[in-house]
Amino acid sequence: MSFIEMSKVRKNFGIVTALDGIDLKVNKGDIYGFIGPNGAGKTTAIRILLGIIKANSGESKIFGMDSWKDSVEIHKNLAYVPGDVNLWPNLTGGEVIDFFVKLRGKVNKKRRDELIERLGLDPSKKCRTYSKGNRQKVALIAAFASDVDLYILDEPTSGLDPLMEKIFQEYIMEIKEAGKSVLLSSHILSEVDELCNKVSIIKQGKIIESGSLDELTYLKRISITLQTRKPIEGFEKLKGVHDIKKRGDLLLFQVDQEEMNNVIKYISGYEVIKLESSPPTLEDLFMRHYKDDGGEA
Amino acid sequence: MAKKFTNTRVLIGFIFRRDRIRLLLWILGIAIFAISIAALLPDLYPDKADKLVLAETMKNPAVTFMLGPSAGLNNYTDGAMMGHFMLVFTAMFAAIMSILLVTRHTREDEEDGRIEMIYSLPLGSLSNLTATLLTLLIANVLIFLLIGLGLYGLGIETMGLEGSLLFGASVGVVGIFYAALTGLFAQLASNVRTTLGLSFAFLIAEYIIRGSGDTGNQALSHLSPLGLITRSEVYVNNYWWPILLLLAISLLIYSFSLYLNSIRDLGAGFISTKPGKSQGSPYLSSPIGLALRLERTPIIAWALGIFILGSAYGSLLGDLEGFLSTSQLVQKMIPIVEGFSLTQSFVTMLITIISVIGTIPILMFVLKVNSEEKKDRISQLLATPVSRYSIIGSYTLIGLMAAFLIQLMSVLGLWLAASFTMEDVISFGTLLKAAIVNVPAMWIFVGVAVFLIGRFPKLTGLTWTYLICAFFIEYMGEFLKLPEWTTKLSPFSHVPSVPVDEVKVSTLLIILVIAFILIGIGFREYNRRDIE
Repeated sequence: MSFIEMSKVRKNFGIVTALDGIDLKVNKGDIYGFIGPNGAGKTTAIRILLGIIKANSGESKIFGMDSWKDSVEIHKNLAYVPGDVNLWPNLTGGEVIDFFVKLRGKVNKKRRDELIERLGLDPSKKCRTYSKGNRQKVALIAAFASDVDLYILDEPTSGLDPLMEKIFQEYIMEIKEAGKSVLLSSHILSEVDELCNKVSIIKQGKIIESGSLDELTYLKRISITLQTRKPIEGFEKLKGVHDIKKRGDLLLFQVDQEEMNNVIKYISGYEVIKLESSPPTLEDLFMRHYKDDGGEA
Repeated sequence: MAKKFTNTRVLIGFIFRRDRIRLLLWILGIAIFAISIAALLPDLYPDKADKLVLAETMKNPAVTFMLGPSAGLNNYTDGAMMGHFMLVFTAMFAAIMSILLVTRHTREDEEDGRIEMIYSLPLGSLSNLTATLLTLLIANVLIFLLIGLGLYGLGIETMGLEGSLLFGASVGVVGIFYAALTGLFAQLASNVRTTLGLSFAFLIAEYIIRGSGDTGNQALSHLSPLGLITRSEVYVNNYWWPILLLLAISLLIYSFSLYLNSIRDLGAGFISTKPGKSQGSPYLSSPIGLALRLERTPIIAWALGIFILGSAYGSLLGDLEGFLSTSQLVQKMIPIVEGFSLTQSFVTMLITIISVIGTIPILMFVLKVNSEEKKDRISQLLATPVSRYSIIGSYTLIGLMAAFLIQLMSVLGLWLAASFTMEDVISFGTLLKAAIVNVPAMWIFVGVAVFLIGRFPKLTGLTWTYLICAFFIEYMGEFLKLPEWTTKLSPFSHVPSVPVDEVKVSTLLIILVIAFILIGIGFREYNRRDIE
């Protein structure tokens, strides 16, 4: 069963098109990455899913119900962490956590206290004194302490330190094992890469790529930096090599995963001094997308 | 030392850039307000006889409480009338401008973390406070000049150059005083809420102290800046000493706040905030629970404030009784209704005024839902199983119910104080009835607010414009002889004057129906629109 199903969703703000007919499908058990640069429309899409704003056209459903009309019913089984957490300055973190958890249903006090302990939050402080990271912790604790089937997290780790990010990832894994779903928006590809089994990539209000991580051809290209003693010849004729650039003695290029072995065999004849490989970044991805479109980067 | 003020001038320019529209509206608004009323006056009471009658009614202690004393009652010229009617009010607007703008550029910038960025630049540690206060000084000097020259420019015989400049200076100096005072509170308090709360509480307290002093112990009025400026006797004797005194006090307050600013940490204050509860109370488990929790302190503060205002008016009723029984002129003016004392007729007017003032907190409670949305807190709430109706409904319900609480508190204060001072005490029941019939009119404002929140969320400020209009219609409509159609714009004008009038249930029902239609439309539109 699909937990989230958006089809041909459009949203305009005045003359600006924020979403230009996007489709999104998240199934039970998916940890779904939703990636794109700032201003691509991630948050707009999430707000439509939550019934906070209304789509101009298209269909948006969660748990098979209309996300605008049936929002109250849907939200009983959903937890949301906004990218920019705004809290009530005169309430304490503990009060806000309890409030959100109570609105969503049963309170599991043990889990709440464990989360507060692990994420290291002082719940007796007023929210106006919290830093961005601490406000984010309040929202994350309130979400993870609720027993729901779907978590919608909008750039949830942008204010957390690496240690907290690690703990966050553990909780996501726990959710995954319990067979629940997560929609995780991010502009950091590596974060999504570690956690998610599926991704959609959004740019300027359009989904430009989606599927399981293994399926995404763009994601299977690896960036290589190479230095050899003998100058390489005929390299550009090799199958699966793209975007060759020369920078001094260095050769920069990208290789399709399945051609990796042939490429290594070929270059080994030229006395390799240095070989560095790195996974693709979001930036590479967009550059490539533009090139394939025939547009300008 | 000079290093602590580095780049103050650049900052002043920056504040003017940020607030150019806001400052312009405030400065022009205040000046035009004062000048346009002055322009009306000569036509309102053209004859000497009219002026004589007016002066007689102005001896009423309740009027003195509202407007302040007048030194010119024996020769009540247009100028004397202007100084009497408008000085305290215009000055209060300047005070409100200063409070809001100083808080915005000191504590608010600090709380939102903008000052941190400013402080990372080559700026002195006292530059921001100084720049803010200097900006307000410039703004208030502009108000002084505009009003001073504008009033003189009207060419009204009894409004000379010196008097006009003094009127402007009295308004400006109150603005300057409150800028300095708010600057001080912004050092003491560690957040925006407390800064604004302290500043406005101080302003209202000064108003009441002045009122009590003017109708009782005159020395008391000298403790209030609003009382001090009425001692300048604008257009009558034109004394300048209150202006100089207030400027000196403002300078002292400014120096003290500079000192406090220099010894505190960024983000800290001197009024300590204690840690709160680490767990939510069982009441905090629904949208209405949250709304009540957020508005708890304001509700209590306003209930107390209205009680004090009620008792301040109530304590006048004894004097009023004496005044009304001795002044033959006034007895001729107010139509005698069989079976009711003049005081009773007057009391209903007082209750209307208190009802208009009591509508301020009610609007604040309702409009809170809009400011919550602007601060992006509603969207998180909507992501939980909570309907939009329950969110806007919570704030609406609090506003509607608060109308009863406010009316009860004001009547309680009025009645308690009256029972000490009056010979012929009006019963609590009668007073309560007179107050409760005003509730539907207060609900009209709730209706307008909810309608705008639902349909035109960017225009909710119009609700305040409407309330200010209603305030002037009720407060000054008679003095200013406003045309009848304008008085009809205020819902309070349609409310029967209990106990003098019969209660017309049909009129009240019509007002109620209009209020609820507005609320209904507002709810429907809120449920349909995008949340910011």
